[in-house]
Amino acid sequence: MSEGAGTDSGYEVVSRWYSGLGGFFTAIAAAVLAFFVGGLVVVATGHDPFAAYKAIFAGTGLNWFFPWVQGDERFSAALDLQQTLIITTPLILTALAVAFAFRCGMFNIGGQGQYFVGLLTALYLGHVFVGMPRPLHVLICCVGAILGGMVWAGIAGFLKAAFGAHEVISTIMLNWIALWVGKYLVELGGWMQGSEPDVPRSYDVADSAKLWPIWGALQPLHAGIFIALFSLLVYHLLLNRTTLGYEVRAVGFNPEAARYGGINVSKNYILAMGIAGAFAGLGGALDILGWKFHQAINDYDVSAVGFVGIAVALLGRNKAVGILFAALLFGALQVGTSPRQLSGTDFPAELATNLSTMIQALIILFVGAELLIVYAWNARRKVGFGGTSPPRVKAQEL
Amino acid sequence: MPDSLALQLEGVTKRFGALVANDKIDLELRRGEIHALLGENGAGKSTLMNVLYGLHKPDEGRMLLDGEEVHIDSPSQAIGMGIGMVHQHFMLIPVMTVAENIVLAAEPTTGPFLDEGTAENRVRDLSERFGLAVRPDARVESISVGMQQRVEILKALYRGAEILILDEPTAVLTPQESSELFEIINSLKSEGKSIIFISHKLNEVLEIADRITVLRRGKTIDTVPREGATEDGLARLMVGRDVILRVDKTKAEPGDPVLSVEDLRVDDERGLECVRGLSFEVRAGEIVGIAGVDGNGQTELIDAITGLRRPRAGRIVVAGEDITRESPRDALDAGVGHIPEDRQVRGLVLDFSLAENIALHDYRQEPDSKYGWLFPKRLIARARELLKEFDVRGGGPATRASALSGGNQQKVIVAREVSRDPSVLVAAQPTRGLDVGAIEFVHRRLVEERDEGRAILLVSFELDEILSLSDRILVIYEGQIVAEYGPDVSEDEIGLTMLGGKKEATAA
Repeated sequence: MSEGAGTDSGYEVVSRWYSGLGGFFTAIAAAVLAFFVGGLVVVATGHDPFAAYKAIFAGTGLNWFFPWVQGDERFSAALDLQQTLIITTPLILTALAVAFAFRCGMFNIGGQGQYFVGLLTALYLGHVFVGMPRPLHVLICCVGAILGGMVWAGIAGFLKAAFGAHEVISTIMLNWIALWVGKYLVELGGWMQGSEPDVPRSYDVADSAKLWPIWGALQPLHAGIFIALFSLLVYHLLLNRTTLGYEVRAVGFNPEAARYGGINVSKNYILAMGIAGAFAGLGGALDILGWKFHQAINDYDVSAVGFVGIAVALLGRNKAVGILFAALLFGALQVGTSPRQLSGTDFPAELATNLSTMIQALIILFVGAELLIVYAWNARRKVGFGGTSPPRVKAQEL
Repeated sequence: MPDSLALQLEGVTKRFGALVANDKIDLELRRGEIHALLGENGAGKSTLMNVLYGLHKPDEGRMLLDGEEVHIDSPSQAIGMGIGMVHQHFMLIPVMTVAENIVLAAEPTTGPFLDEGTAENRVRDLSERFGLAVRPDARVESISVGMQQRVEILKALYRGAEILILDEPTAVLTPQESSELFEIINSLKSEGKSIIFISHKLNEVLEIADRITVLRRGKTIDTVPREGATEDGLARLMVGRDVILRVDKTKAEPGDPVLSVEDLRVDDERGLECVRGLSFEVRAGEIVGIAGVDGNGQTELIDAITGLRRPRAGRIVVAGEDITRESPRDALDAGVGHIPEDRQVRGLVLDFSLAENIALHDYRQEPDSKYGWLFPKRLIARARELLKEFDVRGGGPATRASALSGGNQQKVIVAREVSRDPSVLVAAQPTRGLDVGAIEFVHRRLVEERDEGRAILLVSFELDEILSLSDRILVIYEGQIVAEYGPDVSEDEIGLTMLGGKKEATAA
């Protein structure tokens, strides 16, 4: 049987195909299916789904890549694409925060809080220093945000390692603490409130701390996108090419075997959570230094990057490349369905943002369903062969 | 008609893609016969039974039940024809009672409700008739594995099984439970049931079966009566070559003590003292076997030596280094190698590739890594060498560990532990669940490592294994060493001390 085969049995090939190309395929299928169901909803509201999706697509600015889009249309496509990429930037980082913790066997729901802590740290550092050369100032802000996110998430890791407190609970609680402390800081005379005592908004970051604009004029795309792309590379290398990543993955797959192998499991929980928080914290820094420049009280309530990051990581299957495309999809969807982009003739304006939320939710649902399918597939094979256990097809790292 | 045929399989072939799992298999089951199906892991035994039970559709061949050709498309059809199966992994619902589980899918009802009383009575009748003592009102989750197996058997009988398939039934049982099971099987036979007994253990097949059919690589090799069959002969049929069941070894030439354990006391998870003042030494170049019934402190002892559990008191010294309260990594660095009891939980990260698994202890050192930077190519190169040297089949360095058979997984672990050149090798149940070919490999390798001058501590519940490998035997009972024997002690004598029957140590 499989023992007799040389190096690669047929199953091996199948399972490799599945985790490689197949994993990619199922993610695409989940997205396509979500858009299809979303289209049915558009039909139910009495609109043409093709026209609606066309308008959404145009709203994302992705049509900028088509050479035949020219003139005014090209100009507005560029504006939209800049928006899409600005939104994509922090999503990449909050998704990495979920993914990295996940590879260590933890579910980090705290991306949102870690993002806020990073954002506020960068805001503070960006405000208090003046007259500093820009590269140095940006660097200080980013490092501060990374450390801030690291400590914030590290608390959850420490609580798990020391007391066995479940990270889902502790990160959710840390989210609320970050949210309300963050709110307090920018209103009612909080330390970070701006000069007008009646306006619940923070001071601005100094010009020397602002990230370099790289494309556009109105609200230009900033250099943070490069930092986000670089973070993807760091994530991949850290996980797959370092002893630290080896330990994190070993603990994530099988803590008992990791311990037997001489790995300190508790240390890895703290470390992996800290690194996860570092990614999210950096995401906050890029937003505040890149285009927000200050934080108002209602910015807290509309922000959901930490939570969308969970969906991005899920769809991207915790892989760097997958996260890149998933973040782009979710970023584009958010921009494309904003009421500003979608006219009432294509889709009811008051429902526009709901459509994007709905499609996001459907994608998560279908990715989740795929896990079920994989489970059923395994169950089917269990009755297959005598004593040899067939290679388990796994939902990629999930 | 004691000799009439209950079941006949003719030329049954089952393919999975390019793989032929069953290749023109013939099998005859007589009425009232215990027929063993013997073969290594992956020889096609379970596939064949799944074909019979309607879980797989055969590609070729005929099945005759009481002389009439039948087609079985689903387990419910198989049950309807009087075929019952007890799977290796039980299909019981833990929160339901024994009676509820047994009558499931054929419940006696009063109106829309389950008639608990009738169900329990029927189960009681059935269990008395076949001598299978169970408590009908006990919840399945609260009864032992051996009991759960009886429930599975009763479930099949309740549904009118005339032919009963038992898929490696002893794999999950203690020796005591196994012998009880054999009594049950014999009483079923005397009631006229026909039994197919799937196994890869030679001794049990010789104990229980009337006839034995051997499968190898999906083919029927031979069917032999028990009379005249020997372990060696069956092993040859199974593996296709001569297998040395006796371990060939020269007399040990022990050197200096490498592992010494002094007055060790270790608690279990509940804080109960499980190792209670235990002392012994293992010298270089000898195999010391620890014999004992499961649960007498063996696990805690191993965990303490390997750093996985912190002892309450005592001293553990490896090659002159005190590692009593050190971490698993310190124990590894001091020269302890460990073949763990549970290879899938502890020994391997199943989702890691073989190369990554082989690096599990050494990934922090050169050449695997430098300054925290890992070199996957070097991991793969080293894995490739070791997989070849240890004859691991079924995958290469990039294959996930979960894709290998149990025997090959164990070879990977042995390769990893031995290649680190440990001064002490702790082997816990090193051959559990392996087939004869793999057992032979592991045993031979342990003796070779002994001859290389390592100190080997073997912990096993299989007395045969202890007796055939050890140069010295220590008997552990309730966390203490109660006796020491030389290699030529009789099985009976050890067996008695294992149960606490004799406490004074006999000098070797």
